[in-house]
Amino acid sequence: MIGLNHYLVLGSLLFLIGVVGIFLNRKNIITLLMAIELMLLAVNINFIAFSHFLGDLAGQVFVFFILTVAAAESAIGLAIIIVVFRNNQSINVDELNRLKG
Amino acid sequence: MDIIFYLFASILILSSLKVITSRNPVYSALFLVLSFFSAGAIWLLLEAEFLAIALVLVYVGAVMVLFLFVVMMLDIDLKKLKEGFWDYMPVAGLVALIMFVEMIMVLNQDFFKTMQATPNHSVSNTEALGQVLYTDYVLPFEVAAIILLVAIIAAILLTLRGTKTHKGIDPADQIKVRRDDRVRMVKMKSETSIKRSR
Repeated sequence: MIGLNHYLVLGSLLFLIGVVGIFLNRKNIITLLMAIELMLLAVNINFIAFSHFLGDLAGQVFVFFILTVAAAESAIGLAIIIVVFRNNQSINVDELNRLKG
Repeated sequence: MDIIFYLFASILILSSLKVITSRNPVYSALFLVLSFFSAGAIWLLLEAEFLAIALVLVYVGAVMVLFLFVVMMLDIDLKKLKEGFWDYMPVAGLVALIMFVEMIMVLNQDFFKTMQATPNHSVSNTEALGQVLYTDYVLPFEVAAIILLVAIIAAILLTLRGTKTHKGIDPADQIKVRRDDRVRMVKMKSETSIKRSR
């Protein structure tokens, strides 16, 4: 029988894959955004698992809003990537030092 | 039931591993589509039908298509982006190991193991979600709508190129016009009548 802890372990594994992906793809912004999407997906799986096992619908409403915000975030992130590529001819994170921060 | 969960969970884990290790960003995006599909299947197992459909429609249908378009629009030097790819793997592995041990310590408690689902099938999932979404959560719902509007405007404005598609005059330029831009005074001799020969 699949219990709550199975879903939580699945969510934590997915989150860890997202963390490792951010470490590995530190040069490619597009894959960084994909790793962030994986982490958000892991959080959503946790929310839905708790919502199912506690019988509370608030978790699913929360996932609804997370989906909305994540869609907006990736749309703006991709627009910024296009502008960066237009100015720099590259999306390498190491070359994004024009502000000299 | 169990076999379905393990099947889709293993597909999810393997495809998300391929997302972060693929050489080509196009393959990464396609594997991300696969992992969203299997996550949608797992959400169906958890009786969250509306969100599973929304995940497939919104993410696979809209966001991942946007990702693919952007990946194909950009001319990326893959060899340069991939050099030193595994350099940070020891650090990443250490961080992941620490986080995994912490999460196992949290999850390995009786509270999570013994919890049983309390099925409530009086209304469908979509109807129940709609009943709370339009009453208790109506203000966050409208804030989400505003967030989406801001995202639309920001994405269009960021990527807009300054091409002119109409012949209208910019009002600022129109006000800034001085007399010298429009009128040119020319000095020339006054014209004389042409003598006609009879």
